[in-house]
Amino acid sequence: MIVLTPKIMQSRPKSRKGKINWARSQEPDYFANMVKLYRQGKYDADSFRRFRLQHGAYGTRLADDYAMVRVKFPAGEVYPHQLEKLSQLSEQFSIGSAHFSTRENIQLHWVVLEDVSEIFRGLAEVGLTSREACGNSVRNVMCSPLSGVCPNEEFDSTPYALATARFFLRNPMAQNLPRKFKFNFTCCEKHGMVRMVDVGLIPQIRQQDGSAQKGFKIFLGGGLGNRSFVGHQLEEFTPEEDLLYTSIAVVRIFDRLGDRKNLARNRMRYLVNDMGWEKFQNLVLKERAIVRATQSVVTKLNVDDTPNKILRPVKISDESISSISDGYFRWLKGNAFKQKQKDYYSVFITLEAGDITSNQLHMLSELTQDFSSEGVARCGFTQNIALRYVHEDDLPRLYSELLKSGLAKSGSLTMSAPIGCSGTTSCNLALTNSHRLAKEIQRKFLELRLDEDDDLRESSIKISGCPNSCGQHGIATIGFFGGGARLEKDMYPNYMMQLGGRSDGETMLGISSIRVPAKRVISVILKIIELFKQNKKPEDDLKSWIHRVANGIDDSEIKSIEDIKKVLTPLTTPPLKTEDSDFYSDYGSDTSYHTKTGKGECAA
Amino acid sequence: MRRLSQEKIVKTTTDIESLRSEIRDKSVRVIDVRREEDYKKNHIPSAINLPLANLLSDDSPERVVKLVNSMGIDDETSVVVYDDTFGALASRVAWTLEFIGHTDVSLLETTFSTWKSLGLENDNKVPEIQSREHSLKLKPEILATAGYLESAKEKEGVILVDNRERLNFLEQHIPGAISLPYRTLATQDKILRPKEDMRRLLDNRGISRDSEIITYCGSVGTLSGLAYYALKSVGLPNAKLYVRSFKEWKSLSKPTEKQEDANYWDLSAE
Ligand code: HEM
Ligand code: SF4
Repeated sequence: MIVLTPKIMQSRPKSRKGKINWARSQEPDYFANMVKLYRQGKYDADSFRRFRLQHGAYGTRLADDYAMVRVKFPAGEVYPHQLEKLSQLSEQFSIGSAHFSTRENIQLHWVVLEDVSEIFRGLAEVGLTSREACGNSVRNVMCSPLSGVCPNEEFDSTPYALATARFFLRNPMAQNLPRKFKFNFTCCEKHGMVRMVDVGLIPQIRQQDGSAQKGFKIFLGGGLGNRSFVGHQLEEFTPEEDLLYTSIAVVRIFDRLGDRKNLARNRMRYLVNDMGWEKFQNLVLKERAIVRATQSVVTKLNVDDTPNKILRPVKISDESISSISDGYFRWLKGNAFKQKQKDYYSVFITLEAGDITSNQLHMLSELTQDFSSEGVARCGFTQNIALRYVHEDDLPRLYSELLKSGLAKSGSLTMSAPIGCSGTTSCNLALTNSHRLAKEIQRKFLELRLDEDDDLRESSIKISGCPNSCGQHGIATIGFFGGGARLEKDMYPNYMMQLGGRSDGETMLGISSIRVPAKRVISVILKIIELFKQNKKPEDDLKSWIHRVANGIDDSEIKSIEDIKKVLTPLTTPPLKTEDSDFYSDYGSDTSYHTKTGKGECAA
Repeated sequence: MRRLSQEKIVKTTTDIESLRSEIRDKSVRVIDVRREEDYKKNHIPSAINLPLANLLSDDSPERVVKLVNSMGIDDETSVVVYDDTFGALASRVAWTLEFIGHTDVSLLETTFSTWKSLGLENDNKVPEIQSREHSLKLKPEILATAGYLESAKEKEGVILVDNRERLNFLEQHIPGAISLPYRTLATQDKILRPKEDMRRLLDNRGISRDSEIITYCGSVGTLSGLAYYALKSVGLPNAKLYVRSFKEWKSLSKPTEKQEDANYWDLSAE
């Protein structure tokens, strides 16, 4: 155990505030009024739904009177006073918990529709918005949680992500797109998801005429979903002056040519696929020339790249740590990332499938102030959150503080922190409880201490509750999407397993292998790990081994997906209901499984 | 909703400054409803202790009158109640006093912890009390029983409000109830929201002057007692507390409702 000698309480520095106010103070009243009109039957259900989504409130599973409010953190930044407000709002209006999503949003579930405007009011007090977090708009603009601290990056793209978010938010050009539209900025090839999104950007520096020029590698037309596609690189180098023109050009083309009829095929990736990349690419370049020629200086990205002040908040000279536990080193290994800045670490907080209690949000607010020398927290890509610029000497104390708040679980940067979309906990389209399954896998992995296994570290598990990919199963080393299956007349929850997906420089979608019943998923994963250990080459990790197997090019006993299937099939055979009735209920439920879905709003 | 000026303004909470001056003037009886151990350690000066459990051991009107007498409270005494449980326990005690016909009872606007964290005076002296005589004029119109609730529920304009946490509500509630968790009623440092905020919140929910409103919670009418005072704080005239709440409702095997087909508990991070 860590034993701390009593410290002299220093008063906490005031929460730093973001530079951009994303809110509009009139929006809460406006929303409240619309809800009333809708309830009085003066506003029709379809128009109201569009309005509600535009403002960031989704419907909830089979329950018209509840909403899910999705709050955006542009570029992933969230300030301490904002975390504190979210703590209060989740306690007052939601279920005492909130959920960090894969796209740098936080979600409040099971909110009474009539209370949504109260949440908006609270958000506006701290400069946050949920506007255009859902609906056919430019969704939250993401940025790698490591942008600015990643040793591989050429420059920090955070200011560009913020400026892009600011440009499109409430911009009339992006209020009624054929479908949602997503931007991801990253730091480097390895740490982002630039090929699995409508517009993905990697910062790059080009030497020209003896001077360094900033710019981006831009990927277009990727995305996960019922059908997933990998994005294409627009050109070798897009200089920073062209960033906005390119973005506008792409949004305009999508707006003009995107499919507005067929809901299932109206993401931009379908347009790119139908038209063919080269044609689309030409169109973008032409459109950009037009935009460039017709836009005045007024439309320049408002990039504020004054660096954040780095100010170490706590001095620890007045305390000593007499002993450090095992747990600490395990946590350090699985959760801390060494920054390019000497002596500083980015610490990723492990959550269970993104869920966090109101009280933990409150603690996180304080810890951000006490430990992050930049005074702001950053959302990760995997339903988690990071405190950056934590001084090396402060790590043990941070760990002991996290322990107190139940936030010191290990493994956030490893395979033991799976992603699970909301599934049947709240999603209308869900077929299985993917959310709980992710938590079950995590508990098992931590129990077996698999978070400490270097061979597994770079791999990932991602689970969706239906084929729609919100859980990003297509880019997981081992991915699952939910469905129902039947043995005679009895239904059981089931998952299709995909292997070998990845979102880095060698992006590929996972290859479908076999269907695995929900209650067999854990044993199947453990079996795959066992097969890997038996067949790996000395330099292999799970990811590289599965990559070869998925591509059918391994030379061990397990050469291909077919070979894996053969070994795993016996594990997936359903027992009779009389032999094992638990098999026939999903995680989190003790009644027999059946599928039931409502109207999906992903395309609304 | 009608204007504030037209509503009968009843004092629901007493602010810290007023209480301090009333204590100085000895013009108030302060009741601390925390457990005896806590009270003994320290309390607001001049406060007497009435642990909620003591009151609940027998809250028949006759006994309550005796308790009130022994606390030196007569019909004219101004009473302020506080607790350390976001005002819920204090509300239950205040409501009970109202029920036997006491008119001048209010809640301290904040909790004892906040009082202390502000550095305000407290001590561990137990005041000497001279017994007084309180009359018994029951106010049945602020009480709802299971039987009453069952018949009222069906009426137009009756709103049944569940003040437990949202997850508990989803899991099981009295059919037709709406969910207004007790946390929604408070701010960070006050047991009740400011009036304008409270009014807007309730108005959004369609809870208006014209409705008869019945509040309930999990077991003994504490969280719903707080809600009763929340309604009162904005002058809603027709509020009742279902004081035996959901615990009794279930024990009587009355019908309940549940949000089906969703694993909402698995979203909770507890
Ligand atoms: C056909 C319908 C839908 C499609 C195709 C779809 C697609 C997606 C995709 C591809 C992502 C991953 C985003 C990324 O990382 O880039 C995502 C995320 C997400 N979607 Fe959907 N979605 C659909 C409907 C819904 C619905 C109805 C809900 C619930 C109201 C929902 C909730 C979410 C959530 C919560 C996330 C973030 C994942 C998490 O952290 O839990 N989606 N969606
Ligand atoms: S993947 Fe399916 S179940 Fe999961 S959130 Fe998306 S639509 Fe819902």
